[in-house]
Amino acid sequence: MDSYTHPETLVTTQWVLDNAQKPGVVVVEVDVDTKAYDEGHVPGAIAWNWNTQLCDTVQRDIIPKDKLEKLLGDSGITPESTVVLYGDNNNWFAAWAFWQLKIYGHKEAKIMNGGRKKWLAEGREVSKDKPSPKAARYTAKAPDLSLRSFLPEVQKALQAKSAVLVDVRSPQEFTGEILSPPGLPETCQRGGHIPSARSIPWGKACNDDGTFKSPSDLRTLYGGEGVDGSKPVIAYCRIGERSSHTWFVLKYLLGYKDVRNYDGSWTEWGNLVGAPVETGTAR
Amino acid sequence: MKVEDFTRRLEKIAGWDAEITTYRIGDTWHCHVDNVSPGATVARADGETREAAEREALTKADARLGATRRAKG
Repeated sequence: MDSYTHPETLVTTQWVLDNAQKPGVVVVEVDVDTKAYDEGHVPGAIAWNWNTQLCDTVQRDIIPKDKLEKLLGDSGITPESTVVLYGDNNNWFAAWAFWQLKIYGHKEAKIMNGGRKKWLAEGREVSKDKPSPKAARYTAKAPDLSLRSFLPEVQKALQAKSAVLVDVRSPQEFTGEILSPPGLPETCQRGGHIPSARSIPWGKACNDDGTFKSPSDLRTLYGGEGVDGSKPVIAYCRIGERSSHTWFVLKYLLGYKDVRNYDGSWTEWGNLVGAPVETGTAR
Repeated sequence: MKVEDFTRRLEKIAGWDAEITTYRIGDTWHCHVDNVSPGATVARADGETREAAEREALTKADARLGATRRAKG
């Protein structure tokens, strides 16, 4: 039977409707557009802001351990809680939150398949109430850095050809035609991609309704570009959020063992003096 | 409240593919315009009617998408 390697990491909108209010379940909306939650959200859901709460706001980094512990504790989450993440734009930033929860060892993290788009499209109930969770104590584990790549590792992998680099940005960003997604601020000095990277835009992993494609379709999509799990994979995008979506697909839906998210991504590489850059389509 | 009259459509705005999503929650119409690749919201507006919400969102989207520079050569 064709199934995801870790189907337990995905839940349906109906599952969320049936389980969101149960003890031990915390539903969290994480949107690209941080105003979306205020329009109306899954009843009982809280919201995390990706650009103030899921990062280090002083130095460029993911959320520090102590800040994560406070965020989760304030959200009423304990290490035993089931955290269900969803968001706009095919769960783009929900995956970013999922990646960080996994880095800090949270066990029961799930993504609502289809995200906010599917919930709205199904005409489901939404609420404008902002819950006030009862604070809990959360102790995170030491960060699991096997899920993350830093610049020196990417440079080493490029030189040694020891990993497949997957660029998940749009084709126009990959070729260097544009420096940022249309309508968004430019954040790099050079356009193009890391030499040898394969171009597999993140959104190709999704169906039109925002749900993830079937396991066989995903295997065809990535396998067709030589990304079949036989070699370590490093995914990157512009700031590491779109690539966390691809990281989730490769790691949890297809079960590839060694998949890392290079969150420095193009805003690091494309600003680096002397870094090799390729332009144009994949070679 | 339930989400009602949910629609999505694709259009070219300022030369870029964009998706326009509109729906009503209670008495308020909401519209957001996303770039198709990658799929990030570039403009959002609310209104008392579908037309009002879309008009404002499309105006904002046109300005933002129109500012995107393409590499020369």
